[in-house]
Amino acid sequence: MNGVHDMGGMDGFGKVEPEANEPMFHTEWEARVLAMVRAMGAAGAFNIDTSRFYRETLPPPVYLSSSYYKKWFLGLEDLLIDKGYIAARDVAAGHAVEPAKPLKHGKFTLDDIERIMVRGRFGRAAPAPAKFKAGDRVRARNIHPATHTRLPRYVRGHVGVVERDHGCHVFPDSAAMEAGENPQWLYTVVFDGAELWGPDADPTVKISIEAFEPYLETA
Amino acid sequence: MTGHDHDHHHDHDHSELSETELRVRALETILTEKGYVDPAALDAIIQAYETKIGPHNGAQVVAKAWSDPAFKAALLADASKAVSTLGHVSRVGDHLVAVENTPQRHNMVVCTLCSCYPWEMLGLPPVWYKAAPYRSRAVKDPRGVLADFGVSLPKETEIRVWDSTAETRFLVLPMRPAGTDGWSEQQLADLVTRDSMIGTGFPKTPGAPS
Repeated sequence: MNGVHDMGGMDGFGKVEPEANEPMFHTEWEARVLAMVRAMGAAGAFNIDTSRFYRETLPPPVYLSSSYYKKWFLGLEDLLIDKGYIAARDVAAGHAVEPAKPLKHGKFTLDDIERIMVRGRFGRAAPAPAKFKAGDRVRARNIHPATHTRLPRYVRGHVGVVERDHGCHVFPDSAAMEAGENPQWLYTVVFDGAELWGPDADPTVKISIEAFEPYLETA
Repeated sequence: MTGHDHDHHHDHDHSELSETELRVRALETILTEKGYVDPAALDAIIQAYETKIGPHNGAQVVAKAWSDPAFKAALLADASKAVSTLGHVSRVGDHLVAVENTPQRHNMVVCTLCSCYPWEMLGLPPVWYKAAPYRSRAVKDPRGVLADFGVSLPKETEIRVWDSTAETRFLVLPMRPAGTDGWSEQQLADLVTRDSMIGTGFPKTPGAPS
């Protein structure tokens, strides 16, 4: 979706302001939100792509004015309501008033901690040969899906070069919509700064994205 | 609506945080009462993030690569595999990619779409990495972003920006500082900063005040 989360190349957000000695969490509730998202994901309520999609679908003014973990919280609450794990009536009451819905992997307990501290595996067997190889010139398709995609707007329609293939990975555009893993070849594609930003671009800059095969066509 | 004012007006911030805190607590109550999560397990998740991951993991990998040419070659060829051979470094996922800074090329990592970051190597990302100024400008004006960090590169140095748009994760291998011949891996690791592994900083200089 063409949302405000897709920020590459936007102007007007000001300087980057690193915080000296930044704490891991700025408030205790931020840590609880992180833990709830990790636990409910591991319990099977949603996959990582669906959780990203719910943050992206927050109304633009909310997305832009909420802190990072506030976005995580709002996305989590919306997602759990939509998928039927909690009800608006539960939230209004501040307690569980509706019955629970079974989780794919069951309750998240202390036994599950170890497994969430290792990243998930996204590589999958290839359903078809790769269409592209390192060195190929490719164009990022000019597509504008209204749902989740990992093809940023700033590269669409532009020509780059395949640098590396990473094998087949779970396709976020499908997984986010719970339409299956639909594995696709994943490539690093490199663009010249001038190709993306025009003739005034810094000639020393190159930008790469990680592009799934359906995002690309031969150039 | 101005997000900036929202974040910085402290009186307002206080009431906003309180409301959010109440909502977060209510959600945890609901998830607990429904039998979805054990609150002790949530405590354990937080503790694990606070103790098991952090830039010290990445720093060990970088120091090893600076000290051991065979490890460096293995790291650049397949970072997940190379890191998995280091028993003392936290377990890493399948899709880690290490990218090497040289006098000719400087690498910098961003996630323009959300906040993708090599958690196992660097810990949880800092706020600036997840915020709009960095995400918007890193791909269009990387030298300007580096200037915000007080970092300046020679005019002719190529800058390669890696936008983390999939589950691959990038670790920058910075250049080893001069004046460190014969240093142990632990001494070297102490020079490696988090930002030097994102590409928004350099390692510390030997002898300079930290």
